[in-house]
Amino acid sequence: MKKIRRSMLFLPGANAAMLSTSFVYKPDSIMFDLEDAVSIKEKDSARLLVAQTLLLPVYREHGIETVVRINALNTPFGLKDLEAVVRAGVDVVRLPMTNSAEDIHELEAHVERIEKECGREVGSTKLMAAIESALGVVNAVSIAKASPRLIGIALAAFDYLVDMQTERGDGTELFYARCAVLHAARVAGIDAFDVVYSNVNDDEGFLKEVSLIKKLGYNGKSLINPRQIELLHNAYAPTAAEVENAQKVVEAAEEGERKGLGVISLNGKMIDAPIIARARKVIELAKYSGVRKEF
Amino acid sequence: MKIKKDAMAGTLESSDLLVKVSPNTGIEIVINSDVNKQFGDQIRTVVDQTLNDLNVTDGLIIIDDKGALDCAIKARVQCAVLRGAEEENLDWSKLL
Amino acid sequence: MTTSLNKKIDDLLRQHPDLKNITPFVDANATTPYLKDESKYTRKLCDSIEQAIKKCELRDGMTISFHHAFREGDKVINKVVETISNLGIKNLTLASSSLLSCNSALIPHIEAGVITKIYTSGLRGKLADAISHGLMENPVHIHSHGGRVKLIQSGEINIDIAFLAVSTADEQGNANGVSGKSQCGALGYAMVDAQFAKKVVLLTEDIVGYPNHPASIRQDQVDYIVKVDEVGDPTKISVGAARITSNPRELMIARYAADVIEYSGYFKDGFSIQTGSGASSTAATRFLENRMRAKNITASFALGGITASIVDLHEKGLVKRLLDTQSFDGTAGQSLGKNRDHIEVSTNVYANPASKGASVDELDIVILSALEIDLDYNVNVLTGSDGVMRGASGGHCDTAAGANLTIIVAPLIRSRIPTVIKKVTTLVTPGESVDVLVTDHGIAVNPNRPEIAERLKAANLPIMTIEELYQRAVSLTGEPKPIEFEDKIVGVVHFRDGSVIDVVRQVKD
Repeated sequence: MKKIRRSMLFLPGANAAMLSTSFVYKPDSIMFDLEDAVSIKEKDSARLLVAQTLLLPVYREHGIETVVRINALNTPFGLKDLEAVVRAGVDVVRLPMTNSAEDIHELEAHVERIEKECGREVGSTKLMAAIESALGVVNAVSIAKASPRLIGIALAAFDYLVDMQTERGDGTELFYARCAVLHAARVAGIDAFDVVYSNVNDDEGFLKEVSLIKKLGYNGKSLINPRQIELLHNAYAPTAAEVENAQKVVEAAEEGERKGLGVISLNGKMIDAPIIARARKVIELAKYSGVRKEF
Repeated sequence: MKIKKDAMAGTLESSDLLVKVSPNTGIEIVINSDVNKQFGDQIRTVVDQTLNDLNVTDGLIIIDDKGALDCAIKARVQCAVLRGAEEENLDWSKLL
Repeated sequence: MTTSLNKKIDDLLRQHPDLKNITPFVDANATTPYLKDESKYTRKLCDSIEQAIKKCELRDGMTISFHHAFREGDKVINKVVETISNLGIKNLTLASSSLLSCNSALIPHIEAGVITKIYTSGLRGKLADAISHGLMENPVHIHSHGGRVKLIQSGEINIDIAFLAVSTADEQGNANGVSGKSQCGALGYAMVDAQFAKKVVLLTEDIVGYPNHPASIRQDQVDYIVKVDEVGDPTKISVGAARITSNPRELMIARYAADVIEYSGYFKDGFSIQTGSGASSTAATRFLENRMRAKNITASFALGGITASIVDLHEKGLVKRLLDTQSFDGTAGQSLGKNRDHIEVSTNVYANPASKGASVDELDIVILSALEIDLDYNVNVLTGSDGVMRGASGGHCDTAAGANLTIIVAPLIRSRIPTVIKKVTTLVTPGESVDVLVTDHGIAVNPNRPEIAERLKAANLPIMTIEELYQRAVSLTGEPKPIEFEDKIVGVVHFRDGSVIDVVRQVKD
């Protein structure tokens, strides 16, 4: 089964207490941040702390993907971060401020060299590109297609909105970028992640945004507070009615197949291949995440 | 690796530790820990091992531990030593 | 005696020699001399604590008692002991319903031999540390809230004088904790002392007109009343123990606890619950609200230490009655004063196994905390894993024994200290009374409750064995080395029935 990525929990890389306990919240991916969440004078200590933390077996045991957001390669820290985390066995490297496919190619070359140097299987380090500028959004398709190592692209709002000369509001300001990044991900066949929702005390606003990006087709979202994980997973879980309907669709399809029917219908509506595929996905997701709870 | 100047790494927050290193002739290690009774020996083992891997033979190492896990102890000791040794080029095979 | 009465008595005794002990009438106020003048209005009032102590004839070797409803805000215990010390009285037994960090001022009086024996539910702070390190010759006796009443009934605790802080009292001693300036809410502990102590002294900031109502402590129980500047700081009641959390880990444990309750089989209309004062336990209450609404059920009562979040459910109509022996915050205290169905109960009614009826016996669900829990589900809420006393027995073993479903909530690891361990440092509540352990890493069900395990598994909750939780903990922290103790016993732990369940030894440094 393909890795399901709904929640990507951000953790500040310099915080010892958080690094060793956050897996209990069971996000799909944990993203250790060496970039914005770490002050310049703690870049070295955070890098070491994250590297040692990656060696803990608990993440793998819990099926939690490890992601590290390194500093940009044009800073004094980016390459050092990469050296550390690739050797420490990180699953995915997230590159901030990706503006073009060349940024990914540069990263990929370094990753491959480090893999060879440390004896890690070449290609086993996956990549993720964060799109944080107008240029990045415009280049989203070529970025998304830049490497087979890419598992997803993420939209990050803060710098992008500065670039666009606007600010965070009702979502209108992100409308084009969200659609562009999502389309690029789908063209490349990789996952798409939405921006963080920073007001951690506003569950209602968070769920409203989750509802929007889920309808658009996003795989998930970057999160800054563990409390948002359960809310997000629940919003992405199929409802009991959806599961029931999906089961009926699959049963009808299987029966039609047994009987050799060319056209299958359920309650007078025709069921075609995409509907059946969608129904199977719903059942699979329900098995993984359970049925949506009403809070 | 030679400790050339005083340096620190870490914090005094719960589950973290503060490591101070200073130049010294011979190695001297002082460990204060909130969990000394239950984990004092294990902390000492990790610190010794980490210093050994970095080839630190001289230095005064003072540790204030607030119940950190081994991975954090290792990372903080490494960072303090690297800072004290003003070492830029790291041999990751020794650090991980 | 008049001549005629004299003859009548003589005749009576001649005919009925067995009545030789009768008392002949003298005058209307022979036993109530204060009714002869205006002193009847002031006969119980004392100018000072010192005067009350002298009137009670406190002597060396006696037992004095207190309640701890003001928790960290208490202003009475230290003050009274200091006054006693100044009077040169020694060798006393201190039987406070509990002692907290604020009582570190007692240390010099223990050193000076004013207090030589202690009964308490728990110990915290510097006092706990000093006693754990061998401050006292006699071990401190730790009891549960219900067990304290049992020890008083059986005479092991024999209270000579109870010094009871109350918010208001009238001149006769009708007193409560829900009026006046410094309110502590329920007086569940004090009610017991007022009933059993040989002499009862009330300390209050406010002497109000007769009759004071409600009267948690009644005039027929009270000997003396002292007006003092302050009895306690209510804002400090909720410090330390009861607090509302925004910590995601505590909230996650709270949500799991609410899940356990929902799917346990006990979440039915008319259920009852006690949530205690721990952060996760208090937070679990908040998660219950939506589940109760969704399933359209209400609780018949909530018991124990009452918190603002329980009061909130009560005022929303989701919990019919509150049985309150200790109000854990200002909101609970105010609710006791104004809400008709918020009912004050003594600790005898609350939890005494030897009373004719304890409310804990009626309890469906209790959520409790733990400093340590071992592979046999035994719980320690008294000593830290360094062996130093830093907690309280409280109502832990009382409610665990009484409730149909006992849930322990605790983080699996506190900094580097695992909560789940092989053997508890100190046994307070035996594992046979514990049903479910909820941690941030998963939920374990006592093997003697397989039906609950089945229900929780069916609800897709993260069920693990307690051995798996232990393995998880030590895989992160490493195996803790057993703590070393001296031979000297510094604490005796009583189970709720008065029996001794464990001892605490002096810690080795």
